[in-house]
Order: sequence, then structure tokens, then C-alpha cells
Amino acid sequence: MRELPVVKVDGVVELEHAVVDGIDVSGSWNRMFTQRSITDYPTEAMDWVTGLDGGESMRDCYQCGKCVPVCPVNHVGDYGPRKLNVKVLRGNDLMDDPDLWLCTTCGACYRVCPKEVNPLRIMPAIREQAVLQGKVPEELADTFSKLQRTGNPLGESPRKRADWTADAGVPVPLIAEVGRPVDVLWYVSDYTSYHPRGKDAARAMARVLTALGVDFAILGAEERSDGDSARLAGESGLFEMLAEQNIRTFSKYAFDRLVVMDPHAYNAFKNHYPGLGWQGDVLHYSQLLAPLVDRITWRSRVELDVTYHDPCYLGRNNGEYDAPRRLLEAIPGIRLAEMPHTRANGYCCGGGGGGMWLDGLVADHVSERLSERRVREAVATVGMDGAGVLSVACPYEPSRFEDAVKSTGNDGRLVVRDIIELIDQAMQPPVN
Amino acid sequence: MEFVVLLKQVPDLAEELEIDRSGTELVREWLSYVTSEWDEYALEEALQLRDLAGGTVTCLALDTGAVDELLATCLARGADRVFKVGSFERPPDTHASATAFAAALRTVSHDLVLVGVQAIDDLDGQLGPVLAAELGLPHVSVVTHIAAGADGTTVTANQEYAGGLVAEFEVDLPAVLGVQTSREAPRYAPVSRVRQLMKTATIEALDGPVGPGGGLIVESLSVPETGGHAEMIDGDAAAIATRIAAILAERGLVKTGAAS
Repeated sequence: MRELPVVKVDGVVELEHAVVDGIDVSGSWNRMFTQRSITDYPTEAMDWVTGLDGGESMRDCYQCGKCVPVCPVNHVGDYGPRKLNVKVLRGNDLMDDPDLWLCTTCGACYRVCPKEVNPLRIMPAIREQAVLQGKVPEELADTFSKLQRTGNPLGESPRKRADWTADAGVPVPLIAEVGRPVDVLWYVSDYTSYHPRGKDAARAMARVLTALGVDFAILGAEERSDGDSARLAGESGLFEMLAEQNIRTFSKYAFDRLVVMDPHAYNAFKNHYPGLGWQGDVLHYSQLLAPLVDRITWRSRVELDVTYHDPCYLGRNNGEYDAPRRLLEAIPGIRLAEMPHTRANGYCCGGGGGGMWLDGLVADHVSERLSERRVREAVATVGMDGAGVLSVACPYEPSRFEDAVKSTGNDGRLVVRDIIELIDQAMQPPVN
Repeated sequence: MEFVVLLKQVPDLAEELEIDRSGTELVREWLSYVTSEWDEYALEEALQLRDLAGGTVTCLALDTGAVDELLATCLARGADRVFKVGSFERPPDTHASATAFAAALRTVSHDLVLVGVQAIDDLDGQLGPVLAAELGLPHVSVVTHIAAGADGTTVTANQEYAGGLVAEFEVDLPAVLGVQTSREAPRYAPVSRVRQLMKTATIEALDGPVGPGGGLIVESLSVPETGGHAEMIDGDAAAIATRIAAILAERGLVKTGAAS
């Protein structure tokens, strides 16, 4: 080696030509081989974040920018996961920065991140600190209080949680009154129990389960919010309180499977309740119904052009893309068309991670709501001749998307339907 | 300065109130309870004043069986000490509450006692004045702003009147004020902190006599009759706008005339 020609830069000695086993592996000389300053910033903020339980992966970011084009919030404003990282790198602990509240924890950046920097864990960890310091946006604090007082984010009467059943057209048994084990404990969820459009989906679900002969019951007034979105918004204590209440209730009854309408509840029960002491079979309703689809007696054809919005917490964050599509494809008459952002690359509705309860704050920092952007995409896919349906499988979405249809001036071009509503419609005799 | 805040729980109106068979009581089976809204303003104001002027904030609640969470929430928001007072099977009326609080305040040092000016079960706002009378202290109700005097012996308190008038009082301490609102919205108490405090915090107890009360007997309760005073305005947007403009002008709320 010593006889070979060498180059010398800044005291570093390197072979001019290096040949190993007959292969020339010489590299061109560049600044990677010299000492240089990578960052001159104070590290306190980054040390603090990575010291939090859940914040560890933030330091792993190497600023490649893969997250930029996939972040739905980045599409409509200045926020972006990489920018967030740079802010922390430069000493901002985010406690007083609105960016702390803009991430919807949709998981799109995590999916493409080569370093597995995970905002699904980082954001709740930092937000928790903000909550503990009392730095909670007022509208979010208001929802936290409602969840604490009434067990639902709308502040509605817990006693009236099952009032929707009166108009379901079929009996909806309460598990406390059934007095025996059931196959399916149906966890109805918050918006499905209280929001007018959510209740439409609940009633459709009750009719479909009944028609299929599923042995089911609900919790009624004993049910409480799953708490997952409060957890992702940083209120871990509230999440634990609600989880303890639900786990106490689940433990009172015997059932084989827990079936949920809400992907957020699915995520909570499947991935986070086990850590708090409850474990069991959890299914999203699309997963319960997809294997039963051949048993459905269809009475109507639903001649509609339909597209499907993958909920972040059913699709990307829990890997279920096929069950909802199997249901849609089975409905007679439906022509299913996919939007450009679909499946793992699905676009977020803006409601996750507390976004559902931060509309005012978010509106000050985006050019349009994520739900509005998504509705434009749906209209372009199925709404150009005025008969499009945006189908959904998450109770956050009907209200978000129906508002967005109006605010984007697309009334008459697009309607929003939960998949269960479309199934129910096709199981009814044709309306003439 | 020693700030003392008196708090209580009232039924959460998320549930519709129902009257029981006796016709004189609420059905309590489904009721849940929340801290009275005006008491939360009183606490927030006390915390803000303490942070400006120094001192301590002490919170008192009559022990009606389930006030630990209320008091832990006070600590989570930043109160220094909390006490439950007496022992009551059911929430006592305003006079009995004032008697019990007055007894407790003989052992808790206080410069400024803050109470919510009213509550959904005390719209007359009697607690403040009755308590002040029992203690022989000056009192101002419907206070919308408080500022501590420089020498620590007085506060100024603003009281609001109809038509936008505000009176400013200088009040010698110690004194009792009925708080209408706080300078900022009551701060959020993180649930994890409240839950931790429920396990670890010291909630001290003070004697409070069960007094005879105000002597009023509830003979019957009834649900308010709904009035039919709403006017539904029909028509297209222009017609509706014209009618709204006319109503506003009729009531002298806006001036109408040719646009300049």
C-alpha cells in the first residue's frame, strides 16, 4: 500500500486509487472527509423531546424530506413534519407553537420515513407536556372537559347514549338486559350515538345485523368514549380514565367479539387497551360483515358511482383496506372508482389526533380544510356528472365531509354515505 | 395576601332534570355533578391575583360526600391548600352553607374571600351577602374586576350595572366578594394531575356546624313552561335580511338610513 500514490487533504491520507479484488473502489474526494460543522444549535429542546416517553425517534430525522409531499397538512399550509423537526433542532420546544396542534397523526409521513420517525408517538408525548403546563387551545380544553364530564366529546347526556335505537325499526338489545353471553358486543361509538348523521349509520347497522341474524347487544348508557383521540391530542390521563371505565364495563359481560363503528375505537381497543389490562377480539364492522357478505339478501340495485375514503386509523395505521372494498363491491349496482390518494396513501380528513376539536385553531393556519381538499378529490373522481357518492367507514367523516361539500360549493355533485348506509339501502325494497 | 375561595358542586345540566314523585326534589339517580361555573371564575380570579400580588389560595367546600375530586381539581389548577368543611347528607341551603363556612373561616386566615356570585341553584346570589353578614365583613356582589391595593389593606372591585355602567369600589380587607367573571377563562386541569392528586393530596377537614338554614320549605318544583315568543322568519335571503334589519331598527339596536 505504501508504494501506491496517495492524496492528502487536511491531514487525512487516502489512496488515490484503491482497488480491492480487482475492483476500483476509489471515491472522489469530497467534504464528507473533512471536519465540518453539521449543526451549531443548542440541543436542549431536542434533548427534552427525545427524553419524553414516545419522543425518542425525533432525533433520528436526517432531513431527507420524504415526509413533505405526503403530509396532508403540508399540502394546505406551512406545516410539515420535517419543518417541525428543524424547529426543535433549533431550540423550539413547541410549547407555544401552533404547529404542535396541526398534526392529525394520520401516519402518512411515518409510512414513508426511512428513519421511522414516528409522530403517532412524538406528538402525543409533546402535547401531554403542553396539557400539563395548561397550554391547551381553549376549544380542545372544552372538548376534554365534556369527555371528562359526560364520556362523549359532544357533552351530550350519557343517559341518552342509546336513544337512537328508538327509531332503528328493529330491537337493539342492551347487554345488561340480555342476561347471557352474546357473540358480538357492538361498541356503537360517540358520533354514531349522538350526531344526527352518525345515528343514521347506527340505525342502518342495527338493521343489517338483525337481518343477518348476528347475536349482538350494545352497552347503552354504560358505554363511554374510547378516548383515543384525546390520547393523541395529549390528554393521556383522560384517556386512562375513560379506558378504565370502559374496561370495568367490558369485564362485567361475556361476549366473543367486540365490534366497533369507529376506527379510532378500533385502534384504542386493539392497540392500547391491552396495556391497561383488557384484551379481546376487536373487529371494525367492515371486518365483521365482509365474510358474511354472501349471506346478504339484496332487494335493490344502488346505481351509484362511489368512491371510498380510507380512514387513517382503519387503513394506514391498522392495515385494513380490503374489507370495506369487499362490501362496496358486493352491493348490486355500485360502480367503485378509486381516488388518486387511496389505500396506504389515503388523504386524511383532518379529524384525527384532536383535529376534530381544533377547527378554529387549524383554520388560522391552513388555506383550506383537509376535508375540503379531500371532497374536491372525490368530486373529481365520481362527482363530475352529479351523481357521486363519497363512502366512508368512520363516524368522524359524514359531518366533516358534508360540511366540506357545502363549503366548497359542491352541493348536488356529491353525497356522503357510510358504507353501512349503502348496504342497508340495497337490502331494502326499491323506493319508487 | 391570603385568598380563600368557597366552592360547591351543582347538577350537570348535560342530563335533563327530572322531578321526583314527592314533587319537591330532583331525581338524583342519573345526576352527575360539576363545579358551579361562577365558583370556577372565583378560583381563577384568586389564582390570577395571587400570581400578581403573592400570597396563598385556599379552597373550601362543604363535605356533601363527594367533593374530593372538586378539591383535587382546585389543587391541580394551582391552589395551595384545600379543606372540606363539616359533614352534610345533602347540599344545605344558602343560609346553612353560610353558617358552616363562617365557622370554618374563624380558623382559616383570610384577607379576601371569593365566592361565585350565584349558582344554578342560587340565582339570588345569597351566599356572599349572608356570609359577609355572619362574619361582619364588607361585601360587593357581581364583581367583574378585582385589583389588589398597593399596601395590602384594600382591593378595588368593579361592579357592573345595566346599560354598561360600572361602579368602582375600594373595599377594606378582609372582605367577601361575589365574582361574576374572571379575567381569563378558568384554566384547564389536566386529568392525569387530578387523578394523581386524588391519590396523593392532603385534603384537610374542618368542623362546620349543621345550621338550621333559612327556614324555607320547598313545597313544589315544576319544569318551566316554554314560551312561544320566537318569530320564525320565512322567505328568501333578501326578505329574511330585510326583516332582521327591521327588527334591529325597531329595537334601536342599529341606526338605519342611506349609506354614506
